Amino acid sequence: MESEGTSVFWSCWFFGFLPQCYPYWWSLFESISPYSFATLGTALAIGISVLGAAWGIFITGSSLVGAAIKAPRIQSKNLISVIFCEAVAIYGVIMAIIMQTKISEAEGTPSAYAGYGLFATGLTVGFANLFCGLAVGVTGSSCALADAQNPALFVKILIVEIFGSALGLFGVIIGIIM
Amino acid sequence: MGRPGSMIGFNVDDGFLEAILRGYRSGILSSVDYVNLTQCETLEDLRMHLSSTDYGNFLQNEPSPLATATIAEYATKKLVDEFRAIHVQAVEPLRTFLNYVTYPYMIDNLVLLITGTLQNRDVSELIDKCHPLGMFNSMASLSIASTVEELYREILVDTPLAPYFADCVSMDDLTDVNIEIIRNVLYKAYLEDFYQYCVKELGGTTAEIMGEILQFEADRRAINITLNSFGTSLSKEERAKLFPTIGELEPEGLMRLAKADDAQTVALAIDGYGTFRRLFQIAADTPDKSLEDAFFQHEVSLCKLAFEQQFHYGVFYAYLRLKEQEVRNIVWIAECISQKQKRRINNYIPIF
Repeated sequence: MESEGTSVFWSCWFFGFLPQCYPYWWSLFESISPYSFATLGTALAIGISVLGAAWGIFITGSSLVGAAIKAPRIQSKNLISVIFCEAVAIYGVIMAIIMQTKISEAEGTPSAYAGYGLFATGLTVGFANLFCGLAVGVTGSSCALADAQNPALFVKILIVEIFGSALGLFGVIIGIIM
Repeated sequence: MGRPGSMIGFNVDDGFLEAILRGYRSGILSSVDYVNLTQCETLEDLRMHLSSTDYGNFLQNEPSPLATATIAEYATKKLVDEFRAIHVQAVEPLRTFLNYVTYPYMIDNLVLLITGTLQNRDVSELIDKCHPLGMFNSMASLSIASTVEELYREILVDTPLAPYFADCVSMDDLTDVNIEIIRNVLYKAYLEDFYQYCVKELGGTTAEIMGEILQFEADRRAINITLNSFGTSLSKEERAKLFPTIGELEPEGLMRLAKADDAQTVALAIDGYGTFRRLFQIAADTPDKSLEDAFFQHEVSLCKLAFEQQFHYGVFYAYLRLKEQEVRNIVWIAECISQKQKRRINNYIPIF
């Protein structure tokens, strides 16, 4: 009984109410200024990149600190993993600065394309750096633990990390092209 | 820890402790260390060799004629200290997991205290013999209980072992045979509970690794209970009730084990299960190795596998088991040296 009532309600909503409102909704969406999309994109670029970098650093850092208790020699070499994660945040900052310059260069009412383009750039760079930071973090943690057991493994696992950090670079390249 | 993506969340709570544990793991004696130890002539040499390993100066303050019991005590103390260092810092859910790991020691201590009380020994003397990882409150008052029901109602209901007692409260007197049955019933309930916890609540890599280890433990107990019950007054139905059901021997293997009469029928019963057939074969082929040794060896290989993966809790359990095996190895070598019976000194089980 109740499910019938809700399905009637939702079908009225989708087939009755919404189509009538549709032209108005689209113009509502159209009238959002491109500036808001662009600045939102900038915020996402820096915000999500830093989230990825921070996440990666804590994953690596906790393992590094614990493993260094028994094997203090690993501390200096394994900071490289932390630096790879940090690089991800720096990519985000660079992109945000470039995007912000583009925004302040635009005069009057810029085209909608420019606004959407900057939003998409922000999303791309942000998420690419998020997952890159995570990947480098997990690999860095394994690298610290493996190095503590057997020093010969460090360089080999570092190569895996370098590939992981390339992901962030891909995001930056595409972002700049956009 | 469970769900996909557990890798990225594991280190928040448990990354530091796992890293410390892996540091401890690097201190486990290697086969080279064991070769050095077997070549010692006296226990003093043994002490000197051990001081260059991770054990360090653990026997420093002991006076010169060393006894193997002292070595065992101090080695166990090192193991307990390491485990405790991790246990106190753990947060949920690792803390519950580590609590589960300490329950078998509690069960053993409980049985030790009750047996000692029945033989009218002094409680304080018995408490010294208890395993430190299995201490619980109200240990000293165990001597006042005379029936199982009193034991449960007065003392055990406050301990974590309370839910495992449901099956035993029906027994009447605390006799020697009954106490062994109580130990096995408690252990069965504990194993099944722990298995459910690992597989249902924790899931993921922990479930995979701990599941395999616990299943082997369950099957091994079933086989040992069967082999030890020949010649005692334990009936076949009672024996069947003591088998833990989580292993791969369930249901057919356990049914056959319940009906077994001697070692031959036991070997036939487990014949369909690859792992156990192989272990029985090893025990039969090498005259120096008993079935227990073969079981310990298999357990060591399962625990070593736990260290191959990161971001799960299996390493904590595996480390404890490997360290216990190491203490057994050291004690075996020390006994062989002190009794000058070096023929079988190489019967230890090498770990790494």
